[in-house]
Amino acid sequence: MPATNVSKATRDQSHARVFDLAELSLRELNQALHQLTPGSNETAWEVLNPKGSHSVAVGVDQPVAIDVRGSVGYYCGGMNAGGAITVHGSAGPGVGENMMSGSITIKGDASQYAGATGRGGLLVIEGNASSRCGISMKGIDIVVHGNIGHMSAFMAQSGNLVVLGDAGDALGDSIYEARLFVRGKVESLGADCIAKEMRPEHVELLQGLLDRAGVTGVKPSEFKRYGSARTLYNFNIDNADAY
Amino acid sequence: MCGIVGLFLKDKALEPKLGAMLSEMLISLSDRGPDSAGIAIYGAPSGNEAKITIQSAKPERDFRGLDAEVAKAIGAPISIAVKSTHAVIRTTPAKIDEARETIQALRPDIRIMGAGDVVEIYKEVGLPEAVVDRFDVRSMTGTHGIGHTRMATESAVTTMGAHPFSTGADQCLVHNGSLSNHNNVRRELIRDGMKFETENDTEVAAAYLSSKMAHGRNLGEALEGTLSDLDGFFTFVVGTKNGFGVVRDPIACKPAVMAETDQYVAFGSEYRALTKLPGIDNARVWEPEPATVYFWEH
Repeated sequence: MPATNVSKATRDQSHARVFDLAELSLRELNQALHQLTPGSNETAWEVLNPKGSHSVAVGVDQPVAIDVRGSVGYYCGGMNAGGAITVHGSAGPGVGENMMSGSITIKGDASQYAGATGRGGLLVIEGNASSRCGISMKGIDIVVHGNIGHMSAFMAQSGNLVVLGDAGDALGDSIYEARLFVRGKVESLGADCIAKEMRPEHVELLQGLLDRAGVTGVKPSEFKRYGSARTLYNFNIDNADAY
Repeated sequence: MCGIVGLFLKDKALEPKLGAMLSEMLISLSDRGPDSAGIAIYGAPSGNEAKITIQSAKPERDFRGLDAEVAKAIGAPISIAVKSTHAVIRTTPAKIDEARETIQALRPDIRIMGAGDVVEIYKEVGLPEAVVDRFDVRSMTGTHGIGHTRMATESAVTTMGAHPFSTGADQCLVHNGSLSNHNNVRRELIRDGMKFETENDTEVAAAYLSSKMAHGRNLGEALEGTLSDLDGFFTFVVGTKNGFGVVRDPIACKPAVMAETDQYVAFGSEYRALTKLPGIDNARVWEPEPATVYFWEH
């Protein structure tokens, strides 16, 4: 089930459990989230005064909606498995690191290595993401409304990275099988990353990602696709002298 | 890791609160570096005096009678304001170099933290809160300042290894990262006449900027030079008498967040450092781009 549906089904602010980090500790918040069991009625959470705290809502493993009112520090939503987390602010480094499933939406910008090593789920960044967005991604889908910084999708293995703006230097360096869709300009491509043809299945895939991320007024035909030339998959004996 | 902060005020009404604001910013980053901490505050220029911030491990022995002895030796009035292990010596600007040499001759164990028309630098081993309390930084007034909390990588945990590093009049620098070509650059700078107090990589970065500015470059041009001449990881925050600058290396793995309003420009290693600043919710907040120089001057 797409994570955005979970979010809509469970988000009912009138019954949200409110957690004010000005009064309670981060550990209390995360422990309360970890103690949720399948079928719990506490499906809507609201976190106040994050003020750049690290590790907000890390390790959520139930399909609950969490609205964070403000900006967060490192690793927000790390390892998320099924939660629908919305940050009404910006996120520090490593947002959604190793996400398994569910969704994370950042209303502002995201710092370095957003979605790093993510295995599943959907990460939406409505502002810009900085360097190393989607580094070593392993199945996560990432949609960035703005631009992404240098070395994004470095060694990306699978999943999809969609960028409505521009990409920085060395996009997709040493990429494996992840798909990269960029609407704006790409500063430069990394080693073994090449532009590829948009076939009908890619148009369909991209449209689905845009729909899931709530992007309207943008057509898949406006994007270029990039991926692996697959020349680094096997050792080339002609390069033996380099070692 | 290390945590760095900087605050450059545009609104004079905030100047009495500079020390308090910068202290809170630095304390919020305490867990980025427990080894030592330091702050440089740029006070209002008085026009007719210059300052030297000195430090001693034995302040009672070294600071007693120092003002009278230096005044006699250089033939100019001297004042001394002792704060724990540090003291600020004031004299006429024309006598500042002579005063500095005299202090070092009279009290070989005294270390010079920095000198200039406006800057005062306080740094010690310990957590930011302890350092801020020890030197009563919260009560300090000023136009801009920078601070650092250190997790040591490149040299010993000592007062002299703490940041900010000052290598020129009213110039100082804090650094998050580590440089790999600092030995070579240090040798070149020594040939150019720069003097070094430590084996620390950050001192080399500070001296590099001082050397460039001594050769007529402005702060922006000097910072631009770090991108080609210094190898390693760095986010630098720099203060000069009337300026404030930021630069990150091209890889930019050392974190940085900036905020600007009509009242100030602020820098923090993390957003946490900025959350108590006035009007932060409506500030322009951004991550400084890699290999891009930012600077402001009064």
